[in-house]
Amino acid sequence: MDALLDTGAIALLLAATVRLAVPVGFAALGGVIAERSGVYNVGLEGMILLGALGAAAGTLATGSPIAGCVVGVALGVAGGLLLGLLSITFHVNQLVAGIAINLLSAGLTAFLARGLIASLFGSSSVAGFSQVRLPGLAELPVIGSALFTQDPLAYALMVLTVLVAFVVYRTHAGLRLRAAGENPRAADSAGVNVTQVRFTALAMSGAFAALGGCHLVLSQIYMFSEGMSAGKGFIALAAVILGRWHPVGAVAAALFFGLCEALQLRLQFSNPNVPYQIFLILPYAASLLVLVWFFGRSRQPAAAGQVYERESR
Amino acid sequence: MSFLILDGISKKFGDFSALDHVDLSVERGTVRALLGENGAGKTTLMNVLYGLYRPTSGSIYIGQKPIHLRSPSDAIAHGIGMIHQHVQLAEALTVAENIVLGIDRSTSLIDLRRHARKIAVMSESYGLEIDPATEVWKLPMGMRQRVEILKVLYRGADILVLDEPTSVLAPNEIDMFLHRMRILRDSGKTILFVTHKLDEVMALADDVTVMRQGRVVANCRVADTDPVRLSRLMVGRDVAPPAAVRTREAGDVALECRDLRMRNDRGTTALDGLSISVRSGEILGIAGVDGNGQRELAEAICGLKLLDAGRISVRDIDVTGFTAEQRHRIARIGFVPEDRHGTGLVLDNPIAANLVLRSFRRPPIARYGFLDHGQIARTAADLMNRYDIRARSAAQSTRDLSGGNQQKIVLAREIEAKPDVLVVAQATKGLDIGAIEFVHSKLIEERDRGTAILYISTELEHIAEVADRIAVIFRGRITGELLPRELSAERAGLLMSGACTGEAA
Amino acid sequence: MNRMLDLAIGLRIPIAIAAALLTGSLLIAAGSGDPVKAYGLLFKEAFLDYWGLSNTLVKTSPILLAALAVIVPLRAGLYNIGGEGQIYIGGLFATIAALHLDGVTVIVALPTVILAAMTGGALWAALAGALRAWRGINEVIVTLLLNFIAIHIVSYAVSGPMMAAGAPYPYSDEIPQSLRLPILMPQTDAHMGVIFGLTAAAAITFIFMRTSIGMALDVAGRSANAAQYAGLNVKRQIVLSMATGGALAGLAGGIEVLGLKYRLFHLFSAGYGFDGIVAAFMTNAHPALAPVSSFFLAGLQSGANVMQRAAGIDGTVVEAIVGIIIIFVAASLAWRTDLLRAFLRKGDRDEIPSVQVSRVESK
Repeated sequence: MDALLDTGAIALLLAATVRLAVPVGFAALGGVIAERSGVYNVGLEGMILLGALGAAAGTLATGSPIAGCVVGVALGVAGGLLLGLLSITFHVNQLVAGIAINLLSAGLTAFLARGLIASLFGSSSVAGFSQVRLPGLAELPVIGSALFTQDPLAYALMVLTVLVAFVVYRTHAGLRLRAAGENPRAADSAGVNVTQVRFTALAMSGAFAALGGCHLVLSQIYMFSEGMSAGKGFIALAAVILGRWHPVGAVAAALFFGLCEALQLRLQFSNPNVPYQIFLILPYAASLLVLVWFFGRSRQPAAAGQVYERESR
Repeated sequence: MSFLILDGISKKFGDFSALDHVDLSVERGTVRALLGENGAGKTTLMNVLYGLYRPTSGSIYIGQKPIHLRSPSDAIAHGIGMIHQHVQLAEALTVAENIVLGIDRSTSLIDLRRHARKIAVMSESYGLEIDPATEVWKLPMGMRQRVEILKVLYRGADILVLDEPTSVLAPNEIDMFLHRMRILRDSGKTILFVTHKLDEVMALADDVTVMRQGRVVANCRVADTDPVRLSRLMVGRDVAPPAAVRTREAGDVALECRDLRMRNDRGTTALDGLSISVRSGEILGIAGVDGNGQRELAEAICGLKLLDAGRISVRDIDVTGFTAEQRHRIARIGFVPEDRHGTGLVLDNPIAANLVLRSFRRPPIARYGFLDHGQIARTAADLMNRYDIRARSAAQSTRDLSGGNQQKIVLAREIEAKPDVLVVAQATKGLDIGAIEFVHSKLIEERDRGTAILYISTELEHIAEVADRIAVIFRGRITGELLPRELSAERAGLLMSGACTGEAA
Repeated sequence: MNRMLDLAIGLRIPIAIAAALLTGSLLIAAGSGDPVKAYGLLFKEAFLDYWGLSNTLVKTSPILLAALAVIVPLRAGLYNIGGEGQIYIGGLFATIAALHLDGVTVIVALPTVILAAMTGGALWAALAGALRAWRGINEVIVTLLLNFIAIHIVSYAVSGPMMAAGAPYPYSDEIPQSLRLPILMPQTDAHMGVIFGLTAAAAITFIFMRTSIGMALDVAGRSANAAQYAGLNVKRQIVLSMATGGALAGLAGGIEVLGLKYRLFHLFSAGYGFDGIVAAFMTNAHPALAPVSSFFLAGLQSGANVMQRAAGIDGTVVEAIVGIIIIFVAASLAWRTDLLRAFLRKGDRDEIPSVQVSRVESK
């Protein structure tokens, strides 16, 4: 156990935590935005994959990882809009629509990756982002190197988390978003276009999930591989709950999930006798307890999961 | 010079004329009451004024200028603010957030603190006593209504339109509400409020417009009129004497309710020490304006809601502790609920399933848990025949039927269970005359069989047709009792509005 | 006109599937394949070829049971997206029971093992039902979270206390030979499981059509107020329907162990719980149709492999096509056909009192 506790090891653990948490964090931000508007985005998983494929294709085509991110985000937005089309326009059950998008994305990205990436670009490995050491901050003991020797997307997540929280709580757009998720009828009667708000939210939700996929490709694996989202979209849904539908909370929850994941990986190798699954179960159990204990005080958005129809009685 | 003028407003829905050349002119800084029974067209008129409906003909002027209202936002832009009967607020958001919502269409920053300060100042100047930082779910219903009022004031409304504003208030909140309305009027706001409560008209309004069947039947200054005249104008006629001849005298007391007390979902008092008794072979009519505890009374008797205090007995058996199922099965209480679509029927189920909705777990419909579809089909065919339920087949979805046929399903099911006590709530709502007559004749037949019937309705005329005795309910208690032949529009109107409490003399 | 419309609405699921396959053919063509040949191979392999069919049947049984696990709560108005977790717990309970019943006569042991699987799944789902009934917590969220916990519990079990001695990676000991389900199609993996699935589908169909319990669930699912009025205990209906669904998913897990894997593996269910959600919604929550939709989905999955081998089309395209099928079917089911009908019949929209009319005037 000593190896777990020395400062160098802790710094490594924290660095791994952040790395593992970034894709989940992005997707969780996307989940917060969607659910705040009143729509469950079960399709986060698929949108991560769309983002990952877009990042790989875009980077291979242009040589620029930034262009890759743009393509990835565009695909994520398309996924978000498709969810909107299904769940808002066609009134498909939000869960079913999300699962359908996951299946479609998983199949489509794998198909396109095998068919197109291999034939168009020959190679599949991409030049991604490299780590950037933030001078000064990176010198901080223990957390410095973990938090501030990261890739640009990790920094982007830190900035975007604060930005999203700011927009949600301090702007008119954020107020409309929250009202649409809490009481769409009230929002409507106050002159808010609920459909437009929800479509916008889903587009952004898809964009954020896609950034998570970009991180996987451009900062972790440096290539696209099938099913590389590996359940991160679902973990993000849990992080949204644990973070109590708050942007900062959700990203903090993603970090907690990341820490648990890093711990279990470490434990698997260093101490095979300790059941590492405890750390895998911990974040979900914590989410469940949060629900049971805080229910009523920190509810999910009241209208999440419900179709809003003007004409409905 | 009138500030707001409605000139010859008509509104048709298909062939139905909801508003027929309605004229209305209101002075600035006055309170105008719009008085009328349910279905008189008051709410339709308000919706025209708020841009929700476009009138078929007629025009609206504010300060002599004609205005066109295509949507609520047009109305807001012209300084018209509507306070709906049911508040529309996002409960998890703060008061200030609800008020500011929708004011600015951009993505820009909200300075909630600045808004909150302005709201607090405004709230204080009108005596509304609202803390802008509180989350709405923590507020009682009366305060939420004040938030709605602040919301329209904050948008610069000069004309406030209130639809049945006191219906969501507890009795003790009403006086304060009236007081606040006077403050608003004295500060120059023009107020229109829709009501069917005479006492509020007398207490608050400067002028009153009485509507009946989509037409304005009278315009007068409140100072020049009195409740008796108004109630006569509102109801429009003396109520017809009872038509049915009884074949048998009423028997012993079958249903006895003693001192019932209950709070409704919003926590305000719904039943306030109400007592009634109904004898077998008797129809007791419960008259009263909507929202005075009728729904709660019916649900308390049938076991859908729990009492805070009081005792209900059927034929000397105390059923207060019975579940809904036990009251139906053991105490033999039948119930035609007010909410036909959501409670009395499962609209997506076939007619046959609805005809056995309350008996499908017992023989002869089910034996050992297995449904006897032959029995269900026979029951359905028999009831559809005897109750004249018109449909293609018993398998047809109940949703496709007319309101009259839907009500016949409920009635057939409840009567065929051979109840000792039958509670009938607002059974004629939304039905045409033929269906109403059918319902009434079945009820009278059932009374003559010896059932004790509690007939709850807001329609005086309908009560007069069937009831043997009439009790008037007001704010959760019985304020008076009379016989159908004593029933005059004035007397009933007065009792129903709580303007006087009287015993049958 | 109305006839045509009614027919189109009645047949909307097959029409939607056909439209989705047509859309999918664009994908196949984009991958420079021949859609006709590809679909031909896919369906021949999935449903007509002996080996392919056996493969389809192997996948059908868990998907079918998982679909029923969604349908029962759905009829009562609840979304059980925790089928996957209930499958894991069912598999775990079945394996524990089977390993403890070595030597006990099959007639006692097999029903006990199956009962254990169903109990495990039922308890796991009832947890979500109870939280919904008494604390008002959304069952969607709870069942979702319970999926992960169940998967990790099984992971712990097979890499810890239940891990087979000397196993190179996490799995349990084999269950006794006597408890293995008989094979339906000789030389293949196609085991009796699909019989369990069909029996369960028939039983659930019977329950909803012929018993008062089924009717009570339907009433509770369509209107909680009407259910209370009908004298039903709505909270009990919630827990009961979730537990029943969980029992069916648990059975799916148990059968995977008894029929196919013969031991408990880490990640032994390949997302069958989610396939079940899809299969359930494709039937519009009708248990009698669940075998058809499950068989169809299983066929698509098992046919996918051969498409790659034989037609040179990447099998992953099938997954994409399944996604498209669900999107089309779900959209066709969810679309407001009543509005469509009203619109087509009335023609002139002004004659239909608008939106607010119905809201305001009918209160």
